[in-house]
Amino acid sequence: MSKIKKVDKPVLSKNLDEFFTGMAKAFAFVKRFFKEVWFPPYEFKEVLRQCYEIGYRSLPLISLTGFIIGIVFTNQSRPSLAEFGATSWLPSLISIAVVRALGPLVTALIASGKVGSSIGAEIGSMNVTEQIDAMEVSAINPFKYLVITRTLAATFMIPVLVMYTDFVALMGSYASVNANELVSLSTFFVQVFEAVSFLDIFSSVIKSLVFGFTIGIVGCYKGYNSSRGTEGVGQAANAAVVMSMFLIFVEELLIMQIVNAIRYA
Amino acid sequence: MLNEQEKVVEIRGLIKSFGENHVLRNVDLDLYKGENLVVLGKSGSGKSVLIKIMVGLLKQDEGSVKIFGIDTLKLNLKELNKLRLRIGFSFQASALYDSMTVRENLEFPLVRNVKNLTRKEIDFKVEELLEAVALPNTINQMPSELSGGQKKRIGIARTLILNPEIMLYDEPTAGLDPVTCIEINNLINEVRERYKTSSIVITHDLTCAKQTGDRMAVLIKGQFKAVGTFEKVFEEATDKQVKSFYDYNFIR
Repeated sequence: MSKIKKVDKPVLSKNLDEFFTGMAKAFAFVKRFFKEVWFPPYEFKEVLRQCYEIGYRSLPLISLTGFIIGIVFTNQSRPSLAEFGATSWLPSLISIAVVRALGPLVTALIASGKVGSSIGAEIGSMNVTEQIDAMEVSAINPFKYLVITRTLAATFMIPVLVMYTDFVALMGSYASVNANELVSLSTFFVQVFEAVSFLDIFSSVIKSLVFGFTIGIVGCYKGYNSSRGTEGVGQAANAAVVMSMFLIFVEELLIMQIVNAIRYA
Repeated sequence: MLNEQEKVVEIRGLIKSFGENHVLRNVDLDLYKGENLVVLGKSGSGKSVLIKIMVGLLKQDEGSVKIFGIDTLKLNLKELNKLRLRIGFSFQASALYDSMTVRENLEFPLVRNVKNLTRKEIDFKVEELLEAVALPNTINQMPSELSGGQKKRIGIARTLILNPEIMLYDEPTAGLDPVTCIEINNLINEVRERYKTSSIVITHDLTCAKQTGDRMAVLIKGQFKAVGTFEKVFEEATDKQVKSFYDYNFIR
């Protein structure tokens, strides 16, 4: 009986201990991703299936949101530009706003709600019903099959969705500009491409990759570490959305600072 | 059939706690080749923890688990996975992958662990096991379309696909009606006969224990209070807690 392990007392306080333990666990999870992603077995089929789930299945929502954002942002910007007689600058203004910030941010936020919660709930549910344990006892690495595939799929698909959102938002903007200023599609897009630089597109792609990775890994982490029981599944899905949204805003701020430093250097 | 000379599992001084909850307190247990050993105990007595430690899903605080003479604590992940292929684990809630059909559930461990199998060989193995668990018509069904008893059978078929030498059944009859319970008990016995497995059956159901077990081990408050044949453990029981466990099951 004397061998029975004594319960350790908290080092700082219970909450602080939990916070730092949680941080360490999250870092270890990310580290494990980068350690295991390079080595076989490669689950190509599952990555493709997840790309379909994350990319193709998000298209209706992304299309609607992107188009509405294009219209609304154009309509909201028009009065300010009209005061200076500069409504002809609308395509340039909208394209810069959409490519640099709105497209990646809006797509990432929608994806964190739709994809992040779905990944968190799916893996959380697999955890609760011992499906992850079943993989482990069958000598299958659940981290490779579940975490790496979903994180890679999110990392690949979010940039594609961002480009699509950019296009749809610009089409929405064109619809508004055409209705009010009678500008042709070619004139509109000539102005759009004149305003957008290579750095804008490059930084948008890099940002989208970071956002995609964040959505995938946070969803997987929260699901993989969900507490047992149905309540844990709901909490995992909710925490995946909240945490990924928070991180996306922080990343947006940091990347914007870096890109501006390069732009104005 | 029982070969008392050949131990396939040897557990010594096993201790496991979750915080202040001391689940296993100095547990010793042997499983002999070809036997069905039933571990009985109330919910929360540490039965499932015991077999989860055996397959490395949980790690003990103290003590040793030797399977086929190999100390599981000394294994790295690759070696542990190699050992896991020799052990089948049937989960309480079946743990079927709910995004896959029955066929895909059975194929999943097979194609990932056995290289260079042809499509024909995979299909043959899957169909053979579905025949063995008497569910050949469910091959294209999703787990959500199956009953509780069917899920258990498919779960057992999935573990058998890798030809394990030891089977671990976690509460195989939990949540099933009496008729299906008997069918599952018969299946456990058939599996032993057909696939020459040694098994540990975790249950709190004495009917299941009596039908499937060669030996019983009664786990009460993290310790084995009695180990032996059904008659020896229950009908000649002197321990009050073991006696009350028996009385409760049969008065019920």
